[in-house]
Amino acid sequence: MHQNMLDYKGKRYFYISLALVAVCVGIFMSQGALFAANGGTWQGYVLGTVGAGLICWLMALGIRKRSYASTLGPLNGWASAHIYLGTSLLIIATLHCAAQFGLNIHTLAFVLMTIVILSGFYGLFAYMRYPKIEADNRLEKPRSALFEELSLLNKNVRDLSKKCDGQIQQVVESAIERTAIGGGTIAQLFALDSSKVVSADDTDKASSTTLVANYDQQVVIDLIAKKLPRTRRQGQPALLQQMLSMLCRRQALLRRIRRDIQLQGFMKVWLLFHIPLSVALLFALAIHILSVFYYW
Amino acid sequence: MTNHYKIAIIGAGPAGLSAAGRAAFHDQQCNQENNQESNKSGDTDPSYVLLESFDKPAKTIQRYQKGKLVMAEPGYLALRSDFSFEQASREEVLGGWANELVDQNVNIRYNSEVAAISGELGNFTLNFKDGKCLKADNVVIAVGLEGNPRKLGVPGEDLPVVQYTLDDPGACNGETIVVVGAGDSAIENALALAKNNQVYLLNRRDEFSRAKEGNLNAVLKANADENTTLSVYYSTSAQSVSDEENGTYTMVLNTPDGDVSIDCHRIIARLGGIPPRRFVESSGVVFPNAKPGAIPDLSDKYQSNVPGVYIIGSLAGYPLIKQALNQGYDVIEYILGNTIKPADHPLLDLQFKLLPYKKDVDELIRLFQQRIPIFKRMNALQFRELVIESNILVAYEGEMYESVQAKAVHIEKALEKRKQKPKYTKTISAGDYIYREGDYSNSFFTIVEGEVTVDMPGINGQQTYTRGQFFGENSLLSGRPRLGNAIANSNCIIVETPRRIMVKLMNSNDDVREGIDLVFIVRTLQRLFAPNLSSDELVKFAGAAELRTFKPGEVIFKEGDKGQSLHFMRSGSVTLSRMTDDKDIVVAQYQTGKIIGQMALMGDAARRETATANVFSETIELTNEILYRILEADTSTIESFQDNASSSAILHTRMEVRPEIGSVTDFLMDEGLGEATNCLIIDESLCVGCDNCEKACAETHGGISRLDREAGTSFANVHVPFSCRHCAQPHCMKDCPPNAIHRSASGEVHIDGSCIGCGNCETNCPYSAIKLAYDAPKKPGLFAWLFLGKGDGPGEEAHYSPSKEAKDKGKKAVKCDACMDLPSGPACVNSCPTGAAMRMSPDQFIELVEKR
Repeated sequence: MHQNMLDYKGKRYFYISLALVAVCVGIFMSQGALFAANGGTWQGYVLGTVGAGLICWLMALGIRKRSYASTLGPLNGWASAHIYLGTSLLIIATLHCAAQFGLNIHTLAFVLMTIVILSGFYGLFAYMRYPKIEADNRLEKPRSALFEELSLLNKNVRDLSKKCDGQIQQVVESAIERTAIGGGTIAQLFALDSSKVVSADDTDKASSTTLVANYDQQVVIDLIAKKLPRTRRQGQPALLQQMLSMLCRRQALLRRIRRDIQLQGFMKVWLLFHIPLSVALLFALAIHILSVFYYW
Repeated sequence: MTNHYKIAIIGAGPAGLSAAGRAAFHDQQCNQENNQESNKSGDTDPSYVLLESFDKPAKTIQRYQKGKLVMAEPGYLALRSDFSFEQASREEVLGGWANELVDQNVNIRYNSEVAAISGELGNFTLNFKDGKCLKADNVVIAVGLEGNPRKLGVPGEDLPVVQYTLDDPGACNGETIVVVGAGDSAIENALALAKNNQVYLLNRRDEFSRAKEGNLNAVLKANADENTTLSVYYSTSAQSVSDEENGTYTMVLNTPDGDVSIDCHRIIARLGGIPPRRFVESSGVVFPNAKPGAIPDLSDKYQSNVPGVYIIGSLAGYPLIKQALNQGYDVIEYILGNTIKPADHPLLDLQFKLLPYKKDVDELIRLFQQRIPIFKRMNALQFRELVIESNILVAYEGEMYESVQAKAVHIEKALEKRKQKPKYTKTISAGDYIYREGDYSNSFFTIVEGEVTVDMPGINGQQTYTRGQFFGENSLLSGRPRLGNAIANSNCIIVETPRRIMVKLMNSNDDVREGIDLVFIVRTLQRLFAPNLSSDELVKFAGAAELRTFKPGEVIFKEGDKGQSLHFMRSGSVTLSRMTDDKDIVVAQYQTGKIIGQMALMGDAARRETATANVFSETIELTNEILYRILEADTSTIESFQDNASSSAILHTRMEVRPEIGSVTDFLMDEGLGEATNCLIIDESLCVGCDNCEKACAETHGGISRLDREAGTSFANVHVPFSCRHCAQPHCMKDCPPNAIHRSASGEVHIDGSCIGCGNCETNCPYSAIKLAYDAPKKPGLFAWLFLGKGDGPGEEAHYSPSKEAKDKGKKAVKCDACMDLPSGPACVNSCPTGAAMRMSPDQFIELVEKR
């Protein structure tokens, strides 16, 4: 049945990584106390070569992911190996440098690597945790279905508002018109809501109406609720009641949509760090290796 | 004028006209020869007469709708007639023939309806309705069937609202009309009427297997288009017609979803014709059985059991115009004693080319039909068509095989230039597999010569089928993969008939259907219950087994009922549910090949579950009494039968205590996955929505994804996207005019390059798994994109509008082929980074749902 990235083939790559780390620790230990352990011993070179090889292989995931007819095993297996071997890299690189840090290009490479791996940890967390939350939030419907529902609700609310007085019609229309979904990265990640609505006090004026914030559609809902007990027109209370329930449904739906965008954001944002920094790491690594040999 | 002719031709339809044209040609030749000899000019009296009851030729075509396109099927057959014919409008065809009648100086007598034929070869008397008579040495009956339409066969069939012909559809406006029938005339009437009326077309079956290509495409298109006023009821029959007090009529239909009443102004029944039997019998011609649709036995020269009486055209069992024209030509040549080969002779010649016989084609086709009892009762002409459409397999050994293979290469080369390559003998090496266990082929095999060895699972030792027997009926009927391996023994000759042809034959020929059903039951009983009994012993039990069909949602048996039988599932899928705490809990779902209700046999008299068909299903019901008798005769399977029942009981109870699992099963069945063989299931708790599955699909299939991940439905984190499920009996394969959809031996249903883009498969697929698309331009390679910036990169959405070539080629159907050509397996699954995408068969559903 379905296997997640960690459980792939009975955690095969966990054990492989564990063995690799054990071997590396053995190599490191073999330096004994005679020399100060660092990257310059033969053990250090071996560990460095293993680390550099791992980095290159880990980055090859980007190529494998795009080789859609690849016969090199399923992508799920690659991802599983990527996670476990990527984690082992943190240990292997530390063994390679024997925890000697300074303000130099070598440490820069290490820092970049660490950020890439840590962002990967977050990515793993997001991939394991959010899909189910996201699916449940969408009520197992596709996102497009939520938007279809929204546009249907918008239409119904508009139709209904035409039977109400001019003020309500104007406010409701502007609330629909000025509903904001998504936005920039920050807005998506924090599910910010910059929706606006025409101020109810301004609706009599023919022009230059002021817009006020309509966070969570609360302003327009409050307005309808406020009008509900105060209307005197025949048949209006029933209409407003109906309007209120539709606007509340719309509010709930908008929350779902924003949450969906937010959760999608949670699952994607780490890639903004993971990928560019891993490319930066590749360059830092190249300079690190070149400089080591240059200053031999 | 003489009153005694050499040949009297009755009926001036295509067959009769062509016969008269041929006779006229011979008369003319004769005249020329005589005139040359005697140096005189002048014609002798014609040696033949063409008799027509109507005042114009081709009455049936005259009655076609105005402007109707007359089609020239079948395409692979050459026309041989003195009358020309190609696809054209009714008026053009009739006009052409009218001219040719004059040009050829055909001796035709209109308004001469023959009432009876008597006499013998050389001295037949034809009595006309008006009392006159004439004499003839030979009689050619070419009267067709249309004069005697088949009735509705339900209460109210004789009410004035029911009519059996339609002259001018333009005369009906704004009416509600029910057209009954699945043939060409029904479709044509329905389409023409739908222009100005609300039309319902009733098809007794679930597909239009008898219709010509053009009609088939048109009706499917119209039915799919929501804007037309034509809707088709499939698997629906008429139940009754009644007149209402207000002057309208109500027709009750028996549909798969229950009874439907339609208030209508008109009912047009186009159910084909019944042979004008009494008239034909008056000449002494014998029909093989009493069925209304029976066709007289004929020789391959169209001669009936009465020497001198010949029958051609649709009365001979061949309703197509081109075939009738060819037969008219041929029959005159035969009567005049000329040995000519029929028009389809070259096609058959190729089919028999590499067989180890020194006989000619006609002898061989006779031999084939004699050797195969199931086809014996077929009309010789129908059988010829069947052979032309089939593969003829022959198995050779050693050197013989090598030398025949060399000949095959020659034939292949000679045929290369042809546009539509006809079939020729398929040679295989003795000992080769004809099919292997698990293959998804569904053709039907009959043995003409030699032996075939089949090792059937569940039966010890090999089964040997010999001359005259058939095999492969299991996959033909159930759509499931092959059971056991079939191996060709040396020198065996086999006819492999495609499922399409067999379905058509079984639908039109009860003898064939019953024969195949009986053998299917016998072999199933043998495999499941009595491997030690011979087929002969089992036949008497098989007769008592009942073949039952169930519509989707129909209950097979109910919980609490007294169980007195078990059901073997021949096709389809069934859900078992139990009522616990007033809730219906799904405890199992079973596919083709499984047994349900067997506990009834184990002394548990009450049904413990309710069995409901998920899709159209067929079962073989066996009563306890019969089963006890079978198991008494062969006790070898009792143990495994009981074990089987025990494990089902455990499974059902385990499922019952976890109702949430049952609800997932229920969801899967509602999604139609009961008829799937290989479906894509996405675990929503793992899917991050990266769409790499869709990208992979597009990148490996010419830029067009065949799956839509986001679409489709979900339940309990199980997501069923829009993607092909490779159904057991694929809906898409039903009505593919160029026969472009195939099932590979490993089960993948795929479309080949011969797709014409008609959209039938897209319409027929209930799961939105097929779409029509233009070819997409080729994308650059990874490095060309990365370093040279050429076009859209791998996995990137392609931005393009179809090229001119793509537009000229037109949209073609695309669907999932389960990446059968990729060694990496399905790209969607292979490219899912999180393990959310999986392809599985329904056998794995238990595991899938139990994990929930």
